[in-house]
Amino acid sequence: MIVNEKQQGIDRIISLLFWFVPLLITAIFIWILGDIVRGGIGQLNWAFLTTAPIDTGRQGGIAPILVSTLLILGVCLVVSLPIGIGTAILLAEFTSNSNWFGRLVRRSLDVLAGVPSIVFGLFGNAFFSKTLGLGFSILSGGLTLACMVLPILIRSTEAGLSAVPIEYRLSSASLGISRTSTLWHLLLPAATPGLLVGLVLGIGRAIAETAALIFTSGYVDRMPTSLLDSGRSLSIHIFDLSMNVTGGDANAYGSALVLILILLLINAIAAWLASKYNRSL
Amino acid sequence: MINEMTEIQSLMQIQQLSLRYQQKLAFQDITLSIPQNSITAIVGPSGCGKSSFLTCLNRLSDLIPGCTVSGHIQLGTLNIRNPKINTTALRRRIGMIFQKPNPFPMSIEKNITFPLKEHGIKNAQERDRIVEQVLQDVGLWSEVKDRLQANALNLSGGQKQRLCIARTLALQPEILLMDEPCSALDPIASGIVEDLIISLRQKYNYTIIIVTHNLAQAKRIADYAALFWVDGSCGRLIEFAPAEQFFNAPNHELTQAYVNGIKG
Repeated sequence: MIVNEKQQGIDRIISLLFWFVPLLITAIFIWILGDIVRGGIGQLNWAFLTTAPIDTGRQGGIAPILVSTLLILGVCLVVSLPIGIGTAILLAEFTSNSNWFGRLVRRSLDVLAGVPSIVFGLFGNAFFSKTLGLGFSILSGGLTLACMVLPILIRSTEAGLSAVPIEYRLSSASLGISRTSTLWHLLLPAATPGLLVGLVLGIGRAIAETAALIFTSGYVDRMPTSLLDSGRSLSIHIFDLSMNVTGGDANAYGSALVLILILLLINAIAAWLASKYNRSL
Repeated sequence: MINEMTEIQSLMQIQQLSLRYQQKLAFQDITLSIPQNSITAIVGPSGCGKSSFLTCLNRLSDLIPGCTVSGHIQLGTLNIRNPKINTTALRRRIGMIFQKPNPFPMSIEKNITFPLKEHGIKNAQERDRIVEQVLQDVGLWSEVKDRLQANALNLSGGQKQRLCIARTLALQPEILLMDEPCSALDPIASGIVEDLIISLRQKYNYTIIIVTHNLAQAKRIADYAALFWVDGSCGRLIEFAPAEQFFNAPNHELTQAYVNGIKG
C-alpha cells in the first residue's frame, strides 16, 4: 500500500509537469498576442488599411504595404508550390531511401532549412536582383522567399506522401491502376494534410521575413504598379517604424496586429481545409 | 488419381518458381498447375512463403523492393514472367484480395468506379450498372444502396472486404488471388465472406487461389489443396492434390500430420 501511494504521488507530479509545459507555452503566446492587441487595436480601422503611409509611416495607413506583402507572398507561392510538390513526389515515390541522389537532395534540403534568412537575402540580391537584373522588386523578393520556403514545403509534403499506407499502393496496383493515377487520385489527396501543414509553416516563415527582403524587394513604401516595382513588406515596415522612425511605435503596433491577424487567418483557413478535407474523404 | 488430375484443364502452370528477398530465399522450386474453375487452397505454417507466392502470380512482387523471382509462370499463351508484358492488363485478368480489407479512402461507389474508369469504361450508365451488379454479387447491395456516396472507410470489416471483392469483380478477372481474406474478420463476417467465395466459384465459375491459415476453412471450400512447408528457412511445396485426397488420404506424411493437427 505504501509503495502504491508513493507511486501515485509520483504519477501526480509527473502529470502536473506535463500540464505545466503546454500551459507555459500557451501563456507566453497569449502574453505576446495580448501586448500586440493592446498596443495595436487603437490603430486598427478601415482607414488604416486603405490609406498610404504619411510622414514615413508615423501617420496614415498601410495600404501599399499590405498590397506589396500579398504580392510577394503570391509570387512566393506560385513558384514554390509546383516545384515543392514536384520535388516531394520525386523524393517520396521515385527515389528509394538508399538512393544516393535522393539522399543528397534530402540532406541539402535539411541544410537549406537551417540557413539564416540573411544568407538567403544576400543570395537573392546577388542572383535575382543583380545577375538576372530584376533589381529591387517584388519579383526578386518573392523568388528569394520561394527558395527559403521550399525546404519546409518539400519535406512536409514528402512526409505526408511517405505516410500513406503501402496497402493503398498495393491494392491500387493489383487493380491494374497506373502509377500516375495512383499518385493523382490516391497518394496526393492522402498527402494533402501534410502539404497544408508545410504550407502554413512556409507562409508563416515567408510573411514574417525581414532580413531576406531588405536586400531583394527593398523598402519603398509606395503602392506597387507592377511586380518589377520595389515594395515594402509588413515585417520590414514594422522593423522600420520601430527602429528608424521616432514616434512610429503606435503604427508599428498596428501593423504588427495586422500581420498577426493575417497569420491567424491563414492558420484558420488551413485548419478548415484540413477538416473539410477529412470529412469529404 | 493421377488420371483424374490430368483430365482437369489447368489454367495456369507454374514451374520451378523461386523468390528471394535480397539474399534470403522465401520459397524455392515450386511447380504447380492451377486447375480451372475451381478453388485451390494453399495451406501451411506462417513464413512458408504462401503470400509471397501469390504476389508472383500477378507480378505484384515487382513493387516489393529487393525482391527477385525466378522460374516460369504461364497463363494460357501469356508468359507472366516476361518483363515486357503489360502488367496493368495482367492485373485486370488476375484480381487480388488482401488479408486486411483495404478499400480506398473514397465513397463506396467511387471505390468501384475509379478502377473502372482507369480501364477505359467511359460510359457513366454502364459504370452504374456494373456497380449495382457487383454489389449484388457480393451481397452488399441491400446494405449500402442508400448510401453509395458514404465513405467506404466507415463500413464494417466484413463489408469492407466484400467491397474489395466487388471492386475486383467489376474488372471481370479470370482468376482471383485471395491472401487470407477472412483472417482479419470476426467469425460472423468471416462466414459471410467464406460463403461468398464458394458462390463465386459455383455461380460464376471463377478460378480462385486462396491462401489460408485456417485448415477447417480450406477443408470446407477447397477443390484442390497445396501444402507449403518451411524447410530450413525456405518454403517448399510438399503436396498438391484434390481436396478429398489431400484431407483424407494424403501421400506425404507431413500432410497427414498437418491435416490431423499434429504439426503446424
